[in-house]
Amino acid sequence: MARPPAPTDKEPRYGFPAPLWRALERRPPPGMGSTRRWRSPLRGPWLTSIFGLVLLVTIPIVFLTGLLSYAAYGPQFGQAIPGGVGWLRLPHFAWPTSPAWLYQLNQGLHVILGLMLIPVVLAKLWSVVPKLFSWPPARNIAQVIERLSLLLLVGALLFEIATGVLNIQYDYVFGFNFYTAHYYGAWVFIGAFVAHVAIKLPTMARALRSRSLRAELRTSTADTEPEPPDEHGLVATHPDRPTLSRRGALRLVGGGALFIGVITIGQSIGGTARPLALLLPRGRSPGDGPNDFPVNKTATAAGIEPASTGGAWRLRLSGSEQLALSRDELLAMSLHTARLPIACVEGWSTTQDWTGVRLRDLAALAGTPQPSSAHVMSIQQAGAFRGAVLQANQTLHPDSLLALRVNGVDLSSDHGFPARIIVPALPGVHCTKWVGSIEFRSA
Amino acid sequence: MLRRWTSFYGANPLHLLVLIGCFALAGYAVWRVIDNPSLPRMALWFVGAVIAHDLILFPLYALADRSLSGALRALRALRRGRDGPRVPVLNHVRVPALGAGLTFLLFFPGIVGQGSGTHRAATGLAQEGYAARWLLLVAALFLVSALVYAIRARRYRAGSSSRATTP
Repeated sequence: MARPPAPTDKEPRYGFPAPLWRALERRPPPGMGSTRRWRSPLRGPWLTSIFGLVLLVTIPIVFLTGLLSYAAYGPQFGQAIPGGVGWLRLPHFAWPTSPAWLYQLNQGLHVILGLMLIPVVLAKLWSVVPKLFSWPPARNIAQVIERLSLLLLVGALLFEIATGVLNIQYDYVFGFNFYTAHYYGAWVFIGAFVAHVAIKLPTMARALRSRSLRAELRTSTADTEPEPPDEHGLVATHPDRPTLSRRGALRLVGGGALFIGVITIGQSIGGTARPLALLLPRGRSPGDGPNDFPVNKTATAAGIEPASTGGAWRLRLSGSEQLALSRDELLAMSLHTARLPIACVEGWSTTQDWTGVRLRDLAALAGTPQPSSAHVMSIQQAGAFRGAVLQANQTLHPDSLLALRVNGVDLSSDHGFPARIIVPALPGVHCTKWVGSIEFRSA
Repeated sequence: MLRRWTSFYGANPLHLLVLIGCFALAGYAVWRVIDNPSLPRMALWFVGAVIAHDLILFPLYALADRSLSGALRALRALRRGRDGPRVPVLNHVRVPALGAGLTFLLFFPGIVGQGSGTHRAATGLAQEGYAARWLLLVAALFLVSALVYAIRARRYRAGSSSRATTP
């Protein structure tokens, strides 16, 4: 009776059930498992680990700013989308009003950094793509499960990128709610990301130590050698002659990220940099008048009739008292001007000089000088963002306004005439336009 | 005990523990939207994103790159002998082409005019001019790359002629 040959270094070790894995390995489907066709002399654990390290440091920033944005929407009032997320959120806290550019920074980081990481993600995927087509796909149960988790990792990452990229350009071709999909997709991603990091961190550390970054940055294309053969199958067995050094590859990817940053950051910092965002909707301003700064939703799109914002318009206030004020009566009150940014979840923002009545003055007028929250409603008839609840700190901040004017002139209809909310560091869509009523609530 | 487990499973028990955590979190996230009528569509986009990258985008750009480098190599072979070695042109095509591809990938909704209704409702502006600006950007990328190539080629020629004249 022939004994099975003793395992040697050459023969891979199979987990349970070994006959299955061995049989699988012997039957590669056409096109799979050919190692000869991977020709890049640059692929290898070191290069993959460099990209991995960059993503390891930066992706948590994108994830965290996303969660913070959710918190900024006021989930404690049930007004963050999606609602009912169970444990999948940060603990409730009152979103701060200072610094005023907090949400601008948060969303600028989330969107611009997210976009800048796309070249790095593509490079990382390029660097490991031989593993996708390698054969056998697994030699034990552990590898099967790990591969499934990689499907979650890559699927969720690309899903987040695709939905995010489409959303900032108002292309809703995906046909589901962006917030819901992007939010839960992020949680699927982060679990797979943490698992991947936990499993691969030692490999990454070892690979990073295998070569000196400084030496690579001094190595020309002609002197570029493939990395030594690795157990992961990343290094080509039949490499072509190099057409690019590792330094060149890193420059290419880093340059791509910077390039994307340069042509998108204009939508976040605005001003003279805005036209740099030449391929984004917020790279343009409608004109150069005092009201010609980017709009989030036009009056026409919100269904605002000119008749409802004319002389008959009244602001209804309620607290311990109820009253209605005309626009002239509001203009006769003590007015305050504040220079504040409006920052949108889509990462664009614009900073303007807003003039109006302090919300805390209106609260006092309604007989509730220390409200625990304020419920603002627009005269807009339909739409997810026709109302918002403001926290106590947001209502009482001295720069929190019911704005009537901007840059020295009346608000235009697209910017919320006759009156709109502007609150420091509040997400733009909660700065309700065409305000009809404010209800000051006490605890 | 641990060795028996490892030879059965193929990795340390912690490996399994971490992955159970990963799937549990994903399962919980899916469970939160289990009643959402859009869930199948989201799943489709999830899988579609992987297929679009791994089986469409990657093969396409890999093929394009191989065709480009193959064609340039053939061209070089044809010209060899007539005028010595030259500065390789490959990366001067690769880099602007990658820039063009990346910007198209990220900003195609504006470039092809997809979502013009929502664009107008949100911004008050017509979704126009993106294609022209993109083409200008691509032209600028290729132009800068060509200029850098011209400078490099000039330096190279100057260098080789000075090498030729110095004894």
